[in-house]
Amino acid sequence: MEHTHYLIVGASHAALSALHAIRLHDAERDVTLLTRDDSLPYSPTVLPYVVSGRSAPDRVFLRDDAYFAEHKVNYLRGARVQKVDSTASAVELADGSKIGFDKLLLATGAAPLLPPIPGLAGLKFHVLRTLADALALRGALPHIKRAIVLGGGLIGMHAAENLAKGGVEVSVVEMQPHVLAGYFDADASAMIEKVFAANGVRLLLGASVASFAPQGEACRAKLMDGTVLDADLLLVATGVAPVTEFLAGSGVETGRGVLVDAHMRTNVANIWAAGDVAQARGFFTQDRIINGILPDAVDQGRIAGMAMAEDPATKDYAGGVPLNTYSFFGQHAVSVGVHEGALEQTGVEVKKQMDAGENRYLKIVLKDRRLAGIFGVNAAFDPGIMWELILRAIDLGDEKLAFLRSPQDTARALMSKNWR
Amino acid sequence: MGAAYETIHFKADACDGCNDCMTACAQAKTQTDDHLQSRIQIVPSGEGFELAICRQCGDPECVLNCPAAALSKNAGSGVIAWDGSKCVNCLLCTVGCAYGGIAYDSVSSHVIKCDLCDGAPACVKACTPGALKHITTGRIYNEVGNLEDLFAPGLSGCQGCNTELIMRHTLRRIGPDVVVATPPGCIPGMGSVGYNGLTGTKVPVFHPLLTNTASMLAGVRRFYKRSGRDVMAVALAGDGGTADVGFQSLSGAAERGEEILYICVDNEGYMNTGMQRSGCTPYGAWTSTTPVGERAHGKTQDAKNLPLLMVMHNCNYVATASTAYMEDLYEKLDHAIQAAKTGFAYLHIYSPCTTGWRFPSDQNVEVARKAVETNFVLLWEFNPEDGLRLTHPVDNARPIDEYLETLGKYRHLAPEQVEHIERTLANNLNRIRGFVAAKGTASAAAGRA
Repeated sequence: MEHTHYLIVGASHAALSALHAIRLHDAERDVTLLTRDDSLPYSPTVLPYVVSGRSAPDRVFLRDDAYFAEHKVNYLRGARVQKVDSTASAVELADGSKIGFDKLLLATGAAPLLPPIPGLAGLKFHVLRTLADALALRGALPHIKRAIVLGGGLIGMHAAENLAKGGVEVSVVEMQPHVLAGYFDADASAMIEKVFAANGVRLLLGASVASFAPQGEACRAKLMDGTVLDADLLLVATGVAPVTEFLAGSGVETGRGVLVDAHMRTNVANIWAAGDVAQARGFFTQDRIINGILPDAVDQGRIAGMAMAEDPATKDYAGGVPLNTYSFFGQHAVSVGVHEGALEQTGVEVKKQMDAGENRYLKIVLKDRRLAGIFGVNAAFDPGIMWELILRAIDLGDEKLAFLRSPQDTARALMSKNWR
Repeated sequence: MGAAYETIHFKADACDGCNDCMTACAQAKTQTDDHLQSRIQIVPSGEGFELAICRQCGDPECVLNCPAAALSKNAGSGVIAWDGSKCVNCLLCTVGCAYGGIAYDSVSSHVIKCDLCDGAPACVKACTPGALKHITTGRIYNEVGNLEDLFAPGLSGCQGCNTELIMRHTLRRIGPDVVVATPPGCIPGMGSVGYNGLTGTKVPVFHPLLTNTASMLAGVRRFYKRSGRDVMAVALAGDGGTADVGFQSLSGAAERGEEILYICVDNEGYMNTGMQRSGCTPYGAWTSTTPVGERAHGKTQDAKNLPLLMVMHNCNYVATASTAYMEDLYEKLDHAIQAAKTGFAYLHIYSPCTTGWRFPSDQNVEVARKAVETNFVLLWEFNPEDGLRLTHPVDNARPIDEYLETLGKYRHLAPEQVEHIERTLANNLNRIRGFVAAKGTASAAAGRA
C-alpha cells in the first residue's frame, strides 16, 4: 500500500491553501493531493466564465505541474476516494487501490443538490460544478434557443447572465420571492432583478416547478401556478451540499457537512476538513455552519494546513462570516456579514441608502457600535477591510457617524491605524 | 534563502494630505488626474491622514482567493501582478485584501492595484513632505542571503542585541579570505572566538588583548601581503577596547596607514563585564560606575567623538553607521572593504544595548532609528579626497526626549542634564557641518601611498 505523510483529498481553494500552509512550515514530508478530475486544479467559481467563453478552459488552472514538482507534491488526477478507514489511517480509491496516511485533509467540496421534482430524473439536464460540466454546457450553447435555469442563487444567476449574453432566451425559476436571498435583502435583490429583466432574462420568482416532462431532446416544465415553460436546455442550480457519502462507516462525525473544531480537526485526531465540505463554527452563531464561500475555504484551508504541519503559529478559526461578491452585466454587488434579522435586537442600528436612478444601494448594520454587516449594489467599499473590522469587533467609537456617512474612507483610515 | 521584497513605507505624521501622490499615480497609470483611479489612496483620519495601498504581501490572500489564476506574485520582484486577460471581475480578491490594496475601479470596470511602477514608484517621487518612502533594503538581503554565513549558528548574545546581525552581515560581505580579531568584549563574549578549542567562526579568528588589536592585525596583514596573499585583516571590537585601552595601538596603526578594516561596535560602555562606563558613554548616562543616587546622577563627562578622532588621523575611510539604516550601512561596508585594501578603514556602528541601556529587547532597531532621527547619532562618511559628507542628514530632528525617554539609563535625568545633552548634540552637529562645509581641506595629505 502506498503511504504518504499528508494526504489531501480535493484540489480546489481549501486544498491548495492547506498545501501552501503545509509547505511554508514543512518543506520535506510527503504530500499527496488527490483530485477526482483529470485536470490540473481549478476553481468551481470560474466555471460560469468558461461557459460564457470569457475564460479559456486551458487558462483557468490555479497551479501547474512545475508548482507541484517544485514543492514536492504528488498530484494524482482521476483519483476519487470512495472510502475512508480511520482505524487503519487509509483511504480507498474508486479503482480499489489504497493510500495510507499519517494526516488526512478532507477538502472534497460540495456537489449539486437535485430537487425532488417529478420527471427530473428522466431528463437530460445540466449542472455546473466541474470543468466537464462547464464544457458540456458550453458545447450545448450554439444549439439552443431557450433555457430554463432552476434556482436564482449565485450559480444560477451567473449562468443565466452568460446564457442571455450568448443570445439564449432564459427563464430563471426561483422558489424564494427574490434572487440571491442568502446575501441580499428584498430591496437590493430587486435592483439586481431589474438589471436582469432589462437584459431580457425572465425571472419567475416565488415559483416552483411541479413537474418536468421530456420533449424530444428538450424539456417542458409545468409550474405550480400552471405556467408552462418549454426549453432546449435545463440547468439545475438549486444549491449544493457537502460531499460526505464516502465517509459512511469511517467514524468521522458528520452533520450536514464534516464537523470540525476551531483548528478544522474532525473527531478523528489525524483527520481534518476544510472548505465547502466542512461544518465549522459561525462567527455570529453558536451552531456550526456550512459557510460555503471561497474566501472562507482559503481561510479554513490555511488553518487546517498549519494545524496538520503543527505550525506553532496556528490560530483558532474566528468563525464563518457570510460574505460574497457578485458581478452582473457590468454592475456589482457585495455582501459582508449579517442583516439585522440575524442579530439580537438590542444595540442594533441600520442605515440604508438607495438611489434607484443610479441603481445604487448601501446598507450598514451595526451592533453595539461594531460593524455586523454591510451590503452594497454599485457601492464603493473594501469588503476585505469590512470583514476584518467584523472579525476584530472594532468599536467604531467616535468614528461611527463618519463610518455611516463614508464607509470606504473611514474603514481605510481605521485599517491603516489599527493594523499597522 | 527566501526572497525579501521592496515596499512602500508610509509615515503618517509626515503626510500633509497634499494628495500629490494620488495625482502622480493617476497620471502614471491612466494619464489623468482622477484620484479615484490612483492605486494609492490617502484618506483623512482625524487631524491627519492614513493610507490604503497594496502591501505586496509575502503570502498574499488575494492570490489565493482568485478563482481565475489572474493574480500571481512575482518571485523575483515580489510584485503581485494582475492579468486582465484572465480576470473575470468576480471581486473575490477584494474580499481577501484587508488593506484596501486591490479595489474595483468603476472607470476601467475592473480591479486596480499598485505594481510599484517597475521599481520606481511615481507616488514616492511626488511626495515632497517625505511621508512615502520606497524601501529597497530587500535587495541587500536577497544578495547577501546567498553568501555564506561565516559565523557558527547559535551565538549567545543577549536577546535583542544587534551585534550578531552586524557580525554576520559584515563577514558575509567580506567573504572567507579574512582573519578576524575580536578583543575582549561582547563579541568574543557571545561565542565568536569559540569554546573548548573550537572557534565560533568558519574563518581564522583570534582574541587579542584589549590593548593590541590594531597592532596584531597590522602584523597579520603584512605577513599575508608579503607571502603574496590578499587576506583582509578585520577587527570586530567594542567601544571600550577601541576608544580607551586599545586606542594607542589603533591610533598608531591608523597613522601608519596599515591596511586594516577596524569595526567598532559602539554600545557606549563595557557592557559584557557589568556595564561600566567607557570613553564613549554619553553624558548623563547611568552605568555601574557612573551610578545614580542622592549625589551622583550618571556620567558627568561627554563621550569622546571617536569617529571624528579617526578622521583627524586622515584614514583612507571613516564612517558611522546604524542598523536602523541597513542600506546606508551596506554602502559604507562596501566602501570600507575597498578602502582597507590600500589603507586604514574605520567603521563605527552604533549598537543599542538592550541589557545595559535598559529597554525592551524587541526595540533595538527602533532605538537605533530614534537615535538618528533625533541627531543623537549622525550618519556620515569621510575619505581624504572627498572630505566628510552626511549620508542621512536629518533636517527636522525629533526632540531629544523622544530618544532619551525610551532608555532606562536616562530615566533619572534632570532638565538641566537634558539641556546639557542638547547643547552637546548641537555642538556635534555644528562641528560635523563645519567639516562638510570645509570639504576637502582635511584631505591635504590625500593619496597616502
